[in-house]
Amino acid sequence: MTLLWIIGGIVALVALGWVFRAAGRTTGNATFRDMDLSTAFGYAVALVAVVAGIYTYFLVETAVFFRWAVQGFIIAAVAAFLFRLLGRHVGPDSTRKLFRAMPLTASFGILTILIYAILAIFAGLIAPHGQAEVFGTVNVLPGGDPAVGGDPAFPLGTDQIGRDLLSRLIYGAQNTVGIAFATTLLAFLLGGSMGFLAATLGGWLDNLLSRIVDVLMAIPSLIFALLLMTIASAWAGSHKELLTVYMVIIIAVIDSTRVYRLARAVGSNIVVMDYIEAAKLRGEGLGYLIFKEILPNATAPLLAEFGLRFCFVFLTIASLSFLGVGIQPPLADWGTMVRDLSQFINFAAFSPLTAALPLMAAGAIALLTVAVNFVVDWMLHKSSGLKE
Amino acid sequence: MGSVTRIVLQRLALGLLTLFVVSIVIFTAVNLLPGDFAQAILGQGATEEAVNAIRRDLGLDQPPVQRYLEWLGDALQGDLGTSFAQANFANFVGSGTVSELASVTSQIAPRFANTMFLAGVTAAIAVPLSLTLGILAALYRNSVFDKLANITTLTSISSPEFFLAYILILFLAVLNPWLPSLSNIYAGMGFGERLEKTLLPALTLTLVVTAHMMRMTRAAIINLLASPYIEMARLKGLSPMRVIVRHALPNALAPIINVIALNLAYLITGVVVVEVVFVYPGIGQLFVDSVKIRDIPMVQACCLIFAAAYILLNLLADILSIVSNPRLRHPK
Repeated sequence: MTLLWIIGGIVALVALGWVFRAAGRTTGNATFRDMDLSTAFGYAVALVAVVAGIYTYFLVETAVFFRWAVQGFIIAAVAAFLFRLLGRHVGPDSTRKLFRAMPLTASFGILTILIYAILAIFAGLIAPHGQAEVFGTVNVLPGGDPAVGGDPAFPLGTDQIGRDLLSRLIYGAQNTVGIAFATTLLAFLLGGSMGFLAATLGGWLDNLLSRIVDVLMAIPSLIFALLLMTIASAWAGSHKELLTVYMVIIIAVIDSTRVYRLARAVGSNIVVMDYIEAAKLRGEGLGYLIFKEILPNATAPLLAEFGLRFCFVFLTIASLSFLGVGIQPPLADWGTMVRDLSQFINFAAFSPLTAALPLMAAGAIALLTVAVNFVVDWMLHKSSGLKE
Repeated sequence: MGSVTRIVLQRLALGLLTLFVVSIVIFTAVNLLPGDFAQAILGQGATEEAVNAIRRDLGLDQPPVQRYLEWLGDALQGDLGTSFAQANFANFVGSGTVSELASVTSQIAPRFANTMFLAGVTAAIAVPLSLTLGILAALYRNSVFDKLANITTLTSISSPEFFLAYILILFLAVLNPWLPSLSNIYAGMGFGERLEKTLLPALTLTLVVTAHMMRMTRAAIINLLASPYIEMARLKGLSPMRVIVRHALPNALAPIINVIALNLAYLITGVVVVEVVFVYPGIGQLFVDSVKIRDIPMVQACCLIFAAAYILLNLLADILSIVSNPRLRHPK
């Protein structure tokens, strides 16, 4: 029955596309004359999607989430556009030039990363309450309307043991993003230095390190992290805060294998250059070679890799926390919040704002990774000079 | 043909070697645990005899190398040991036999089948969908459709699996009660009902995997479109669809097969989080539960299975790309 509806719908869309093209051809325009039926079908699908979207937005009373999504998208687009406009006219020449050729997605990414950075650094000043502060009123509903179980003092409500959710969301930026950033830095320090060392020295060290990395990379990273976290939790015992430190080290080591691969590949391309040969003949030491000759020439690929690696680390940490073995309470963190609040999603029909709570925490994670990906995508596109 | 067999055998041997080394890594990692399980399960007030009895029964009093070889030997015969959490320790001290239920293999087997079912449903939806979308994006590159697809796939790649899962639950299970949000699957369930309960987790995984596969398919085809023989086909006056399907696709097959195998390998990690969200009784959920209660034999076994599947799929990708590419088949 459902299948029949789908087939009928496709046939109707093809017919609509054909009519659309036929109508276009009467104007004598060359675009319509050369148009494939498949392209016309695409236009028909787009037309129906836009009409359905407008209908849902204005006429369907219950489509609250859809309206929020559309509003969010429009606000994001406008903010990105304004930010790019600002960047084009304010600041030194070099950044103004950068902003001039920037796609909207990249300016949205930069803006989002800036906002997250501000939230993370000044979380203590921005958040209305402390992250572990417990209040007497538990399970206050979001919205701040006392008539339906809200409280103006807690705009997003409180959780099962009475902690302010808005404050925890803001502190989550500090903890989740901060820990992910520190982990990525550690992974780069470890993997980068090992990779450059292997590339410069070569020989048995290179062979040994590369084989170790091969083996470590043969185990899927999340699985390996979970295995090591089992052991770490036994080591930490009742000191839960130690577990967070162990997690940082474990994920840094696992991810440093990927950094090592890149650093070694980039480094071994550089060490065969003539200027390295010249530096060696001058009698420069290993430190000088790595920091003064190789590193400056490897910045661009490493920087792009840093962005991507940060996303992976961030998602791994969020997943581990979501599974209950990552960042430990009382630290507020988005992965744990999603898990704790996930039951609220069943209230979507009665109180959309309550149901949106777990999505806010999960969306905060998604938004940052999307933003970083947009920026990295643009950087790679720019540096590779791809015009396809 | 002889050289192909040799290369494939070489890769196979290399894969087995990797698996062997990985099993050593897993075993060593587990043995870094402070104290041992006998102490942990009996707590502070245990008598020396009781601890020793459990150690003897679990074989914890033997040297590590011997224990590793025994573990590996048993694992190869399908016996992955006894689950600490399920074992009845009253039985241990007395008879030294374990009930059938407590063995790791008997717990993993049905869940492994469930996970394979989930992965199978996902692949059945994701592979044709992503190939079609990838070809379309390559065909209409730089159009509105392509840009929209680019933004959508980038977003779904960067989102954590549980975000996509909860959004699907919100729209397909809570607001419109079409599909069940919990996948309580039990033995003896009909195929239709089973499929219905698996559909939501499978759709979540599809979103993640499709995005990857589609981007890679698009990139592989666009890469080929720059070659002279495609230019030639176009100058002959062939339609764009025919150029892609008849001329570009056969040569893009090798990278695409590679992409599919790699993404199925990626599925292995994604399955863990998604199974937890939907309470799907698969091997990923078992793994996470065992990690939380530190059930060492179970963690070891799950880890080994995940790693084996991962290595196997990567190996498959490797071999398929050699077999499907004549230039790799006859190396100079």
